[in-house]
Amino acid sequence: MFLEQLINGITLGSIYAIVALGYTLVFGVLDIINMAHGEIFMFGAFIGMLIVTKMNAPLGAAFLGAILVTGAMGYLLERFALRPLRGKAGASHLAPLISTIGVSILLENVAHHLFGAGNQLFETPFAEIKWQVGSATVYLVQAIILAVSVLLMAGLSAWLGRTRAGKALRATAENLETAGLLGIDTRRIITATVVIASAMGGVAGVLVGLAFNYINNQMGLAMGLKGLAIIIFGGMGSVAGAMAGGLILGLSETFVVAYGNSGYRDAIAFVTIIVVLLNKPQGLFGQAIPDARR
Amino acid sequence: MKGPGKILAVFFAMGVALAMCLGTGGADAAQGKPVEAKVGVISIITGQGAAYGEAITNGFKLARDEINAKGAVRINLVIEDSSGKQEQALAAAQKLINSERVVAILGPTLSTEMKVVGPEANASGVPIMGTSTTAQGITQIGKFVFRNSLPESQAIPASIGKAVKKYGIKKVALLYGNDDVFTKSGFDTMKKVAEDIKLKILTIETFQKGQADYKAQLTKIKSLNPDAVFCSALYEEGAVILSQARKMGIKVPFVGGNGFNSPKVIDIAKDAAEGLIVATPWFAEKNDPKVKAFVAKYQKAYGKKPDQFAAQAYDALYIMAEALKKAGKADRTALRDALAGVKNFNGVLGKFSFDAERDVEMEPNVLVIKGGKFQLFQ
Repeated sequence: MFLEQLINGITLGSIYAIVALGYTLVFGVLDIINMAHGEIFMFGAFIGMLIVTKMNAPLGAAFLGAILVTGAMGYLLERFALRPLRGKAGASHLAPLISTIGVSILLENVAHHLFGAGNQLFETPFAEIKWQVGSATVYLVQAIILAVSVLLMAGLSAWLGRTRAGKALRATAENLETAGLLGIDTRRIITATVVIASAMGGVAGVLVGLAFNYINNQMGLAMGLKGLAIIIFGGMGSVAGAMAGGLILGLSETFVVAYGNSGYRDAIAFVTIIVVLLNKPQGLFGQAIPDARR
Repeated sequence: MKGPGKILAVFFAMGVALAMCLGTGGADAAQGKPVEAKVGVISIITGQGAAYGEAITNGFKLARDEINAKGAVRINLVIEDSSGKQEQALAAAQKLINSERVVAILGPTLSTEMKVVGPEANASGVPIMGTSTTAQGITQIGKFVFRNSLPESQAIPASIGKAVKKYGIKKVALLYGNDDVFTKSGFDTMKKVAEDIKLKILTIETFQKGQADYKAQLTKIKSLNPDAVFCSALYEEGAVILSQARKMGIKVPFVGGNGFNSPKVIDIAKDAAEGLIVATPWFAEKNDPKVKAFVAKYQKAYGKKPDQFAAQAYDALYIMAEALKKAGKADRTALRDALAGVKNFNGVLGKFSFDAERDVEMEPNVLVIKGGKFQLFQ
């Protein structure tokens, strides 16, 4: 059972990590929490469901479709809900946060209207394919989730660390004005960041559909709260923190159920977070920033 | 039923009064003449929960028309709205008892309403029968309080009993939603029944509303290898649990509570729903001419299939009519005694009797999902 639960925990944890990455990227660059991220993630799940279940298209098409739609939603979010408020005289620095909350409510209701309430089946033709490894059963779906998340995280890390665009993004995250003075087109970088973060949310949505088989228009909120907890736990704006935090939360939730009492599932996961934060208030991988940042 | 409805009700009541004047008491004395009775109904006509009230009053009206057409008993319904509120239900009851002078009351819809209306009716000596009140301690309010709605504490033992007998279940895993009063109380009953019949409880797992991932709990349950899973869940979560369990290779039967009893389970879980066992007082597909006739008539009159609430209301008025016929006159005390003596009444819900405490005594239908639909479990 240990091995199976370990796989369950890693699957759940890598999905959490990808959701958290979307939050952390936007936070790093814009210093705001994108409250609409959970709903964009939910839209990704529905787009994937429509492509795979209703149109019987291959899984690759579902990922591609979800990335395109959620990426476009990210662009629209940035263009109409964030950019108009940026640098505007008199606008509170909380204004963009509030406007993303507005977008999240809008998207949740649009989804209700388009897709209906209640659980919808996310059916994949290969959901039954599995292998027996020792005493444990491993599903193809779990392997796909793991592969996609590892690829995504490695790709993102490499892009951020090795490419010019990644460097520009990090510079913008460090300090928006200085980056602008050094010749970086910060507006483009910000747009790119929100689009990439949203597309990652879309991928995470498809992964959730694959993993749990059901999606509904309320799932953005639940997953969004987990994602928020993870970036606080891992360190706001830290990419490594989001990955580690996601895996730790997923594993601890699973093992509390496996070897303890399922009634304490969320309690223990969040007590762990509180304990870590009491000892390291900036989060696992966070740096003491506030003065230098602003 | 605020504006025009109320006026209509007043006219209706006037019409009834007129009819009674014309009849001048001849009904109870002379043989062969119908027993005239005015029966009050308290239901949720407006506000949240009005869907229940609609089904319930539809059931009453259909039964009334049929009973009156037969001629032995003539029932006039006086319908009052409670909006699901205790104080409004009490006011409606007082109006029915004191100014309308009804011989009996059917309703109210909610157990919480019955807790205030029941004592009032009991103190005034008016028989009152709940058709949808399933909480504990309803008929213990007093000897004028009855109900024909099967409480979950009777439904669950029936489904567990039949499943245990058929599959030789010895060890079980329990799974329930711990953040909902309804699923929690269903679980309490399941646990008690399992302990009473000495089943070995391997583990008790919980989940919360809206959860998407049950794999951790289910992997644990699978590794313990139970003979069955008793699952107290509402259908949204329950269907997802079933689906994930079946995919994981948990093939044992699932026994669910009333929250699980919805065709939606099949819509959501598809093939994975096979083998779910639930107990319910009402089964619309039952191969019984009485049930078929009722479903057809209801569907013709209201354009949809009758649910459990409509069926319970329909039977309740028939029970009332039978007791009235036996009492021979529209007298509150005589009616109470006749009601208390109802045994083996044959309705659309099956064979029905009141026990010594005026509570439900009936064999619930135990259903299993097979071939993509609910079927009687044999």
